[in-house]
Amino acid sequence: MAVMAEPVAAQVKRSSLWSRAFESRNFLGAMFMVPAIAILILFLAYPLLLGLWLGMTDTKIGGVGRYIGFANFVSLAKDSVFWLSVFNTIFYTVAASVVKFAIGLYLALLLNERLPFKSMIRAIVLLPFVVPTVLSAIAFWWIYDSQFSIISWVLIKAGLITHYIDFLGDPWNARWSVVVANIWRGVPFVAITLLAGLQTISPSLYEAANLDGATNLQRFRHITLPMLSPIIAVVMTFSVLMTFTDFQLIYTITRGGPINATHLMATLSFQRAITGGNLGEGAAISNAMIPFLVAAILLSFFGLQRSRWQQGGRD
Amino acid sequence: MSTADDQSVGMDYLESFPRKFLRVYLPLGLIMVFLLFPFYWMTVATFKPDAEMYDYEKYNPFWILHPTFEHITKLFFETDYPLWMWNTIIVSVSSTFISLFASVCAAYAIERLRYKGSRYVGLAIFLGYLVPPSILFIPLAAIVFQLGLFDGNLALILTYPTFLIPFCTWLLMGYFRTIPYELEECALIDGATRLQILTKITLPLSLPGVISAGIFAFTLSWNEFIYALTFISSSENKTIPVGAITELVNGDVYHWGALMAAALTGSVPVVILYSFFVEYYVSAMTGAVKE
Repeated sequence: MAVMAEPVAAQVKRSSLWSRAFESRNFLGAMFMVPAIAILILFLAYPLLLGLWLGMTDTKIGGVGRYIGFANFVSLAKDSVFWLSVFNTIFYTVAASVVKFAIGLYLALLLNERLPFKSMIRAIVLLPFVVPTVLSAIAFWWIYDSQFSIISWVLIKAGLITHYIDFLGDPWNARWSVVVANIWRGVPFVAITLLAGLQTISPSLYEAANLDGATNLQRFRHITLPMLSPIIAVVMTFSVLMTFTDFQLIYTITRGGPINATHLMATLSFQRAITGGNLGEGAAISNAMIPFLVAAILLSFFGLQRSRWQQGGRD
Repeated sequence: MSTADDQSVGMDYLESFPRKFLRVYLPLGLIMVFLLFPFYWMTVATFKPDAEMYDYEKYNPFWILHPTFEHITKLFFETDYPLWMWNTIIVSVSSTFISLFASVCAAYAIERLRYKGSRYVGLAIFLGYLVPPSILFIPLAAIVFQLGLFDGNLALILTYPTFLIPFCTWLLMGYFRTIPYELEECALIDGATRLQILTKITLPLSLPGVISAGIFAFTLSWNEFIYALTFISSSENKTIPVGAITELVNGDVYHWGALMAAALTGSVPVVILYSFFVEYYVSAMTGAVKE
């Protein structure tokens, strides 16, 4: 008996090794993850680390760099253009995000009213977000043209100004001009995602408040805002992230000019690394953005935590 | 009927029309004008002859007296625009399909196979979504160069999934979670393999999610700029956004008509696609935030 049983057992063992592997969650899971993980490690995780390393080298395009420690950061700390770009980035992010939030929330509340053709209006509102940013930025470029700006033309016809406004030639005009273009692009995203949040608030809450004699403002202050605050946190974190790392709008409309007045950290790093060929220095500028991004992500993380706790959900 | 399908509250329906006009329609109208004006301006400039474009005294800038196709024909027959369009289509379609394939597998594994450590992998992929292209393009340029992919479609097809996969995976995980687990258990008992379960049960049931992810991924890759600007150097390999901004400006001479035509014709394909799948697009955009 024992002599016969052995090869059978071995056979069973061999076949079950395969089948067990294919039934094992861990093995199958690993197999399913291969395509995604391979791409993400090669083109996301590795470049992220490589970028940190490049920031500490003096690599030029087409050359091999050597390790120079924090020398790039030391020279950036004395570089007034770099500090101007930091200021511009913060100004651009704060100014655009505040207005985007205000108009976006207002638009979301308007769209939440009883309206004819509501879904069509919603579809149209989202258009600026759908259309390629560079292509709509070209339209803004033309709107801001120094000789043929339609805004100047209208204002002159209305008798409000006498000369064409130099939108992109003056530092502060240029800064506000790109902020407006960014607001134009970002409002739809904020409005539509907040609208989705508004639609999840149960109408019975408003009915109860109505019975208690709450005014419009009280309903907004004590129901809408608290119920919406978790999604506001997430939406605004995304919005801040996108604005802070913006590149396309600036590159299209001003290329950082006039005299670096609208250079963001992203456009400056492109200019130094790709146009100027100093990969190391450009990478150092990119890396300088990371602390701000981490702060924004942490904010989002705690925003999410709070939302789960507020809604009484688990983990 | 009036209360069932609207979100407005209480006795709003008693509100008089003039009041509602001031409170809702007027501000809504103003915001819509602000949001739509650049498109109108783009369209007007595309079909306006140069004579009208640069003369605001004789012609009203808001209107076109003699519509023309000269800018569009110039764009299509005297520049590399058709090639840019072709490249954009190839790159967007391929990177979308690669990303969808990788994301479906990854999301299924994370959400349904629940292998050891899947939760942490899921979280790591979400964090990958938060890494912006503006801090990756410099090291990626070095990698693309080393791999010999520089100045070719493949450079973009392989790098776009870095921002598409995290997004699609995260979105699909949410969809897979809504499919009852019992369906899979039944299939397992009937002897189906995991692959059969994925292709015959989970995927068909989460088709709306796959379409949403695909539409959103396609528009994201169509709109991508910084990688395409960095990794592509010769005109015939450029995508529409990069080609428009780098090739249609000769020093200080801006071909405004052709630029506007490029902006308009480059936007139209995404807008058409979007108009067919608005609901999917919106659910992708809001889903990624709500999860």
